[in-house]
Amino acid sequence: MDQLIQHLVNTLVLGGTYALLGIGLTLIFGIMNVVNFTHGALYTVGAYLMYLAVAALGLNFFLALPVAILGGLLFGAAIELLLLRPFRGSDIDTTMLVMIGAGIALQSGTLWVFGGVAKAIPSPFPEAPLQLGPVSVSWLRLFVLGAALGLIAVTYVMINRTRLGLAMRAAFQDADTAALMGVNVRLIDTATFALGSSLAAAAGALLGPVYVVFPQMGGLAEVKAFAIVILGGLGNITGAAIGGFILALAEELGAGYVSSGYRDAMGFLIIIAVLLYRPTGLFAKAERVG
Amino acid sequence: MRRLLPLALLASLLVLPLLLQANPYLLNALIITGILTIGAMSLNLLLGFTGQLSLGHIAFFGIGAYVSALTSLGFDVEIGFGHRIVHEPWPPAAGFLLAILAAGACGYLIGRLSFRVRGAYFVIVTISFAEVVRLVALNWVELTQGPLALTGIPAMSVGVPGLGNWTLRTKLQNYYLVLAVGTLCYLLVARLVGSRFGRAMRGLKENESLALSVGINATRTLTIAAVISAAMAGAAGSLYAHYLRIIDPDVFAFSTTVSMVIMVVAGGKGTLMGPVIGGLIFGLLPVALRPVMAPEAQWIVYGIVLIVILFVMPRGIVPGLSALLARRRPAPAPLLKPSPAVQR
Repeated sequence: MDQLIQHLVNTLVLGGTYALLGIGLTLIFGIMNVVNFTHGALYTVGAYLMYLAVAALGLNFFLALPVAILGGLLFGAAIELLLLRPFRGSDIDTTMLVMIGAGIALQSGTLWVFGGVAKAIPSPFPEAPLQLGPVSVSWLRLFVLGAALGLIAVTYVMINRTRLGLAMRAAFQDADTAALMGVNVRLIDTATFALGSSLAAAAGALLGPVYVVFPQMGGLAEVKAFAIVILGGLGNITGAAIGGFILALAEELGAGYVSSGYRDAMGFLIIIAVLLYRPTGLFAKAERVG
Repeated sequence: MRRLLPLALLASLLVLPLLLQANPYLLNALIITGILTIGAMSLNLLLGFTGQLSLGHIAFFGIGAYVSALTSLGFDVEIGFGHRIVHEPWPPAAGFLLAILAAGACGYLIGRLSFRVRGAYFVIVTISFAEVVRLVALNWVELTQGPLALTGIPAMSVGVPGLGNWTLRTKLQNYYLVLAVGTLCYLLVARLVGSRFGRAMRGLKENESLALSVGINATRTLTIAAVISAAMAGAAGSLYAHYLRIIDPDVFAFSTTVSMVIMVVAGGKGTLMGPVIGGLIFGLLPVALRPVMAPEAQWIVYGIVLIVILFVMPRGIVPGLSALLARRRPAPAPLLKPSPAVQR
C-alpha cells in the first residue's frame, strides 16, 4: 500500500511535465494541422538552455526557468516563420517531412555543440527528501510539479480568457471563417507554434534537473508526447492534459509491478488499447473514418 | 528513354565492381547503400503510392535482421512456467524467408490496428512500434543478447538443388546478391503498381471517397500494401544481418528510417526510379562528405537538404528532372491520352 502511494506521488510529478509536452503538441496539431517532429528537439533545447543558464552562466535556478521557456518561445517562432510559413497550404505530409528535417538538424546541432556526454543541472534544493509518513518526495520534484501545474493553468487561462486565445479557438474550429472575421490567421499560427514550443522547452527545463541532459533525450519524449496526444484525441487540449497523467500512471505502475526495462513501452501499449477500443481518443468528439 | 534508364542503371551497376575491384571501402558503402535502397523502395510503396508515411519502417527492417539471425544461429529461451523453446540452427536461406514472413506479419498487425482511422495515426503507431521493438531487443537478453549483440551470424548461402551450395562470404558476392534482390524488388513494385491493385492504391491516395464509391476496400488495400512493404523491408534486414554478421539493438535507430524517408522524398515519391536514385545519392553522400565534416554535422546537412528539396523540388529529383526534360523537348500531343502510366 505504501508502495502504491509512492507510485501515485511519482505519477503526479511526472504527469505534470508529460501534460505540458502533450498540450504543446496537440495545440500545434489542432490549430495548424502540423505534426510537430521538432517537439522532442525543442524539449532538448529547453533542457540545454536551462543547463547553459544555470551551470555555464551561473544564473539563479528560478530565473533560469523563465529564460529557458522564453528561449523555447523564440525558437518556436523562428521555426514557424522560417520553415512553416513558406509551406503554408501544403498538405500535412509535406509539413511533417519539413519538421522531420528540422528536428534532425536541431538534434544533431545540439550533439555537435554540446557533445554526447550527459550533463547534470545543479539545483538549489536540499538533497534530503520531504518525508510524509511512508512517502518521500524530493523538494526538486515538488517544485517541478508546482511549476508544471502553474504553466498548465497559465496556458488554460490564455486560451480561454484572452483575445489571442479566442482567436486561436476560432482558427481551431475553422481557419477560413476566422480569417473572414478579421482574425490574422498567420499571426495565430506563429503564436500557436511558439506557445507549443515554449511548453515543450518548459517540460525539458523542468525534467532536465531531475534526470540528466543529453542530445538524444528528446526522441523518447517525442514518442511519449504522441502517445499522450492520441490518448486525449488529436487536437484536444483537456484530453492531452489528462492523457499526460494517465501515461505517467501507466509508466509508474508498469515499472513498479511489471518490469522497469519496459517502462517506456507503456506509451505504445496505451496507443494500441486506445486504437482498438476508442480510435478517436478517450475524450474526442471527432468522427471516426474508415 | 523512360524504359531505358532503369536498364542502363542496372547495366552500370553490374559492371561497377570491376572498376573498384581493389577498393573494399567503396564496395562496402555500395552494399550498405543497396540494402538501404531496398528499404527505401519498400517505404515508397507506402509513402509514394498510398500516401501513408511509415516512420517506424526500421522496425520491419530490424525484425527481419533479428529473425534471420536467430533462425540461422539457433536459440534456447524460457517462455515462462518452466517451458523452453529450443531452436536448432537452420540455413540462412530459411532465415531469409522467415524474416520476410515475420516482418510481413508485423506489417499486417500494424496496418489492421492503425488503418481503423485516417490521419497521423499510422505515422505515430509505426514510430512507437519501432521504439517498443527496440526496447524488446535491448531487454530480452536471453534471446537477443541485448546490447552485447548477436555475433557469429553465418554468411548467406544460396543453394540450387542438383547444382550445389554457395556461401557468399566476400564483399563482391554480397554486392551481387544485394543487386539481385534489389532488382527483384524493383520489378515486384513495378508489377504491383501497374496492376489493378496498384490503381486501387493510387485511387485511395488521390481521393479516398471517390475510390470508396467505386467499390475499393480502403482498409484492405492499405493493409495489403503495408504487408508487402514490411516484408520487403524484412528482406533488406535479413541481407544486412548476414552481410555484417553482427547485429545489436542499434539497427532500430530512428535515424535509419529518416535516411530512407530522405531517399524516397528526394528521389521522388510515387515513382519507380525515385527511391533508387535518391538511395544512390544519399547512400553515397556520407562517403563524399566523410573527409570534409564530422558525422553530427553531416546529419545537420541532411536535415537541411530535406527541407531545401521539399522547397525547391517538392515532387523529388526524378519527376523534377523529367519535367525539365519534357519542357525542353515538347513531345507531340498524343491523339488518345494513354492511361496514366507510372512515372519511371
